[in-house]
Amino acid sequence: MKRSPFARLWPNATALVLFVVFAFPVYWMFATALKPTGDIIADDPVFLPTDITFDHFQRAVDADHFWTLVGNSLTVTVLSVVFSLVIALLASFALARMRFKGRRGFILTFMIAQMAPWEVMVIAIYMIVRDADLLNSLVPLTVFYMIMVLPFTILTLRGYVAAVPKELEESAMVDGCTRRQAFVKVIFPLLAPGLMATSLFGFITAWNEFPLVLILNKGIEKQTLPLWLSSFQTTFGDDWGATMAAASLFAVPILVLFVFLQRKAVSGLTSGAVKG
Amino acid sequence: MSVQTERTDTGTAAAPGVRKTDSSPPGPEARTGTKTRGGASAPYLLLLPALLATLVLLGWPLVKNGMLSFQNLNPRQLILHLTEWNGGDNYKEVLGSSDFWKVVQRTVAFTAVNVVLIMVLGTLVGLLLARLGKRMRLLLMLGLVLAWAMPVIAATTVYQWLFAQRFGVVNWLLAKAGWESMADYNWFGTQFSTFSVIILLIVWQSIPFVAINLYAATTTIPKELYEAASIDGAGTWKSFTSVTFPFMRPFLWATTFLEVIWVFKAFPQIFAMNAGGPDRLTETLPIYAFVEGPGNQHYGMGSAISFLTILILLGLTAYYLRTVLKQEEDEL
Repeated sequence: MKRSPFARLWPNATALVLFVVFAFPVYWMFATALKPTGDIIADDPVFLPTDITFDHFQRAVDADHFWTLVGNSLTVTVLSVVFSLVIALLASFALARMRFKGRRGFILTFMIAQMAPWEVMVIAIYMIVRDADLLNSLVPLTVFYMIMVLPFTILTLRGYVAAVPKELEESAMVDGCTRRQAFVKVIFPLLAPGLMATSLFGFITAWNEFPLVLILNKGIEKQTLPLWLSSFQTTFGDDWGATMAAASLFAVPILVLFVFLQRKAVSGLTSGAVKG
Repeated sequence: MSVQTERTDTGTAAAPGVRKTDSSPPGPEARTGTKTRGGASAPYLLLLPALLATLVLLGWPLVKNGMLSFQNLNPRQLILHLTEWNGGDNYKEVLGSSDFWKVVQRTVAFTAVNVVLIMVLGTLVGLLLARLGKRMRLLLMLGLVLAWAMPVIAATTVYQWLFAQRFGVVNWLLAKAGWESMADYNWFGTQFSTFSVIILLIVWQSIPFVAINLYAATTTIPKELYEAASIDGAGTWKSFTSVTFPFMRPFLWATTFLEVIWVFKAFPQIFAMNAGGPDRLTETLPIYAFVEGPGNQHYGMGSAISFLTILILLGLTAYYLRTVLKQEEDEL
């Protein structure tokens, strides 16, 4: 079919406009973070900063407790992901490789659990954590982030476990491995990419979580980066340079992971039905 | 869902295989009797940690939420650790207040506007992706992935800056485009303008999910179908309605429901943008529960609102899972 020049042009033109629309806010965050304050509070915005400065990043990093909060965020994120991986690995192996009564029911349970409205359950969690005398602690955060990502981790890992050819495991067992040895020596190494992909999505969820830490940890020493960032303006007023530098610092790890993982993201997210 | 390219076979592939594990290969396992006994309970033991965690950490808060919603829990009871049951008073008060129903209406309208925009624009962008050449597609994908990947709180902060009253680039652009009165516009001063910014943010971050997945799904449509359609004399529109759309329908339906659920419970975007303001006019149900509960120290009331919200979401989820499971019978 022959197409007129117009028919060939408009999809590309639209794509270009859309690219700008989608990328601009991200670009603007970095651009603002990197340009001198004089360019930020200019009557006409400076779209292509020529003087690059790292002053704003310096101010963001020098903010009180910044490194404590980075440590907190890393601690709760890494621990919750590791715990959920361990638990999910056991469960997903059973779900992918064994036939037993109630298997459908278990899968369905995890599917429902995956859709749990955590945003609306924070009041009850607050009361539970308060009664346990654990407010302003990283323990409840770790534990609840773990359960937030656990169902997704189980359901996704199940697919990866099932994708490992059954014969490999069987031949290992014929060669005298026990079932456990076969798992550790044969299946586990093959699962590495799946574990990576799955854990990185847990990482993103836990890194971004906001409502729960908002209600549980009022003490600045035990907060995490999202909470700090949301209140950055209260601390810094209209210092948009520092605010955008803080946002950049918070976003960069996730942006890098996500762009890097985009292919896996598409298939994993569709089948798992989780938003990044 | 039709999008599942790599996982559709796992369910069926596992089925014939697993049978063997129960009847255990005679060689290694026959040596010890304990292994066979372990075999029958093994799946349950493996599932035990996950199940316990789910029951305790998800089940208990849900039950607790239900219990709290029947209690009188204000600062006094909170500090003295008193449990005062008050029957259905919280529900009577919530359901009898016009504020609550206003919030419900607002939440429904908010969800509807968002989801319609996300689905329509997301579908259009997805179809555009399918039409583009390789290089432009990569470029657009890059933009979409950037927006998708932005951490919500970071994105919210950036939008506050884009729409800032002074030095915000949006106001500058509108003024330059000839809308002089917008030069110093305060976007967070009215309900409508605050919602506009929030909706823009949510739609901007949600379109990539729909568009990229839809594009991935279109690549699985057999080319022959389009050839057959064009032999039958179908134009672009006709081949869309007779080939693309029927193929996409299950995906679109499932995604619509996912988006409904996600938007309905959206919290960080609204809360971090303007904390439900101005004058509590942009509070949706999750924010309303939060402001009534921890905010105004009426935890019982807040729990009742939460519980009603959870019930709505459970209904939506049940419906969503039913549709999805019908399409993926072999997934289980």
